[in-house]
Amino acid sequence: MVLKVFFPSCCSSADSGILIGRWISEQNSAVILAVVHFPFIPVQVKQYLGEVQRGTKVSVSVLGSWSNSKQEKEESLSEFLEDLGTIFCHEPWIQISKEGDSKFWSCSILQKHSKNPQEEEIILVYYDQRKVMLSHLHPPLDTAGQRAEDASKLSAIFDTVARSQVLFMTDRYDEGPIKLTHWQSDGVEASIIVELLKQASVPACMLLTFLLSLLSGICRSRVLKFWPLSFLWSKLSTCEQLGHRLQHLQVISSNKKAQNQNQLMRKANIFVSLLIDVALGILLMSWLYRKNRIGHLADTLIPVADHVAEELQDLLQWLMGAPAGLKMNRALDQVLGRFFLYHIHLWISYIHLLSPFIEMILWYVGLSACLGLTVALCILSDIIALLTFHIYCFYVYGARLYCLKIYGLSSLWRLFRGKKWNVLRQRVDSCSYDLDQLFIGTLLFTILLFLLPTTALYYLVFTLLRLLVVIVQGLIHLLVDLIDSLPLYSLILRLCRSYRLAAGVKFRVLEQQDGKPLRLLMQINPLSYGGVVQTYRLPTYSCYPRDSWASLCKKLFLGELIYPWKHKGDKQN
Amino acid sequence: MADERRFLSASGVPIALRRRQHSASCRELAVRGPRLQLRSLSAATSAVWLAAYGLFALCENSMVLSAAIFITLIGLIIYLHFVKIDQESLLVIGSLGIQVTSAYASGKESTTFIEMGQVKDVVINEAIHMQKVIYYLCILLQDPEDPQGVSEVVPLFQSSKPRLDCLIEVYKSCQEILEQRKTAPQSS
Repeated sequence: MVLKVFFPSCCSSADSGILIGRWISEQNSAVILAVVHFPFIPVQVKQYLGEVQRGTKVSVSVLGSWSNSKQEKEESLSEFLEDLGTIFCHEPWIQISKEGDSKFWSCSILQKHSKNPQEEEIILVYYDQRKVMLSHLHPPLDTAGQRAEDASKLSAIFDTVARSQVLFMTDRYDEGPIKLTHWQSDGVEASIIVELLKQASVPACMLLTFLLSLLSGICRSRVLKFWPLSFLWSKLSTCEQLGHRLQHLQVISSNKKAQNQNQLMRKANIFVSLLIDVALGILLMSWLYRKNRIGHLADTLIPVADHVAEELQDLLQWLMGAPAGLKMNRALDQVLGRFFLYHIHLWISYIHLLSPFIEMILWYVGLSACLGLTVALCILSDIIALLTFHIYCFYVYGARLYCLKIYGLSSLWRLFRGKKWNVLRQRVDSCSYDLDQLFIGTLLFTILLFLLPTTALYYLVFTLLRLLVVIVQGLIHLLVDLIDSLPLYSLILRLCRSYRLAAGVKFRVLEQQDGKPLRLLMQINPLSYGGVVQTYRLPTYSCYPRDSWASLCKKLFLGELIYPWKHKGDKQN
Repeated sequence: MADERRFLSASGVPIALRRRQHSASCRELAVRGPRLQLRSLSAATSAVWLAAYGLFALCENSMVLSAAIFITLIGLIIYLHFVKIDQESLLVIGSLGIQVTSAYASGKESTTFIEMGQVKDVVINEAIHMQKVIYYLCILLQDPEDPQGVSEVVPLFQSSKPRLDCLIEVYKSCQEILEQRKTAPQSS
């Protein structure tokens, strides 16, 4: 069997001593965590290891000896090291020795109770202790169904190093009986800024939680639950987005520490996303309020609404004539056209009524852009929805009319053929009609059939307009979702500290020498950017699209009202 | 110990197989394809620039020329960094695993390491590729639930597509190391 020794590259130049680490017998591999230097008292070493074991739940033990001799190999030292093997009895006892500055070390194993005395091949794998400790493995498969023994070998090694953080807390300036060499032995790293932030975050979180509880209390109060207001809140996408952000703030400001890596990353992602959102919103706000752009926007809003109304009027005049050379039924055409024209006239008067207040409303609404770019985009989407409300109304009228016509036609067609829809059995049955029923039915059928082109044309035109508005709103919502769900902190981490997010490892074969063990360098293979986005995506409140293309076309054909963008809270129909 | 032999790929392009034995249980097999030729690069660049000059002569807008230069540069960078694979190598370390590396012309290396516990076997398979039937080497991954089943097939040397004679050499080298894990005494 091959014996694998994972040696930290920081200990390559350490003085002679004994090796401590973890022995993983299932994989026949030894993970070296540190080197304990002479002089030491074996009892104290065992005591220290016992403490470490209790603290970290990692079975740390003395694995072997390490000798780094600057001059020629000393015979007495090697005997001394072999004797150490009897004091710290560990099976197998690994002896690594380095001569001078040579890169090629000699490794040997002492097995006292071995059943098969054959020569074992040794593989020496160097690893960067700090990077492996901080790294987090992302297994491609879901490990929900795996047993502990099936867990990958690499995750056992990463786990061992990550959990032994206590061992790395003592450096060489500590006055203790044990002198260790590991990655932090030259001085424990700490950052004042990080410590200050940690201290400051506790009262900040408490304040934020208090404010949020006040806010959610107000939101949940009975006053806002009355019917017109609650209907309004559910229709405006701004309120949904604000609610979503409120939830995010609650997640960040909770006092519980994150249990595992996923929760920590999620909190960090939400925090960075909020920060960037608010920063972009404030940038937008400063751009809008400079040079009185809001005033200009308000000034152009009314003419734009007028222009849209005029275009619609032209469109209706065109439909009332002979659109695209088609011949319409004059009477129905005039009725529908005049009805819609009057509607537009009402709408324009409404807008003109509001015109003196538009600038002030826009000014105050623009202030809410400081809550975030996503909120500003949602407000834009809501303004578009309000300004094109008449198009929505026309679409509903046209659709309902067309829908009635289609249902009437289909039912009368069945009558024409002598069949009837059985509501009880939900199927078409044959039925014998009286003569007068047949006569009136056929008459009505003919009337509806010949009026169909007119209604169908109005329906088609207004559906296309409505779809245009829906597509524009949908694009804005897509952008909002993108900003909401992008895990910015994880992406920045992957860019700057790519070893923290590991998809696996990669090995590089170092220079070899005959007779010496195989030397490999283990490096961290970082997760790809696509993998990062997929793993750490933040959940959003909407999902698209609700209908497949086939059912969308069917609904359009039958004249049913379509709402292509579904929100998670909506009931499925 | 290293040796290098020349073979042909499935499309007739000359490739080179280099074998290195680092130790008794560690072997590295690298297949190197032909490098980017200067004449094909100049041919592509000249074609793009001639087309740009033609357009410029038609519409008298100098933006066309700068756009052509820009497109050529960006296209070349994308091609070298994401498309052109120079060398594909397989590092088999008995008792650790198999590492598959692809080295791109710009120096980028993309690596995947598969642990030995997940590897069921390395086999040569046949596949229908466009209008040809080609042989390819692949690693079969073990299904954790079903000991007889295969959960995934990882094809190797996809960009250089060596022919059967080269694949047989690689197959023999891999199997020598994989056999060691069967003959080695299993730890309880």
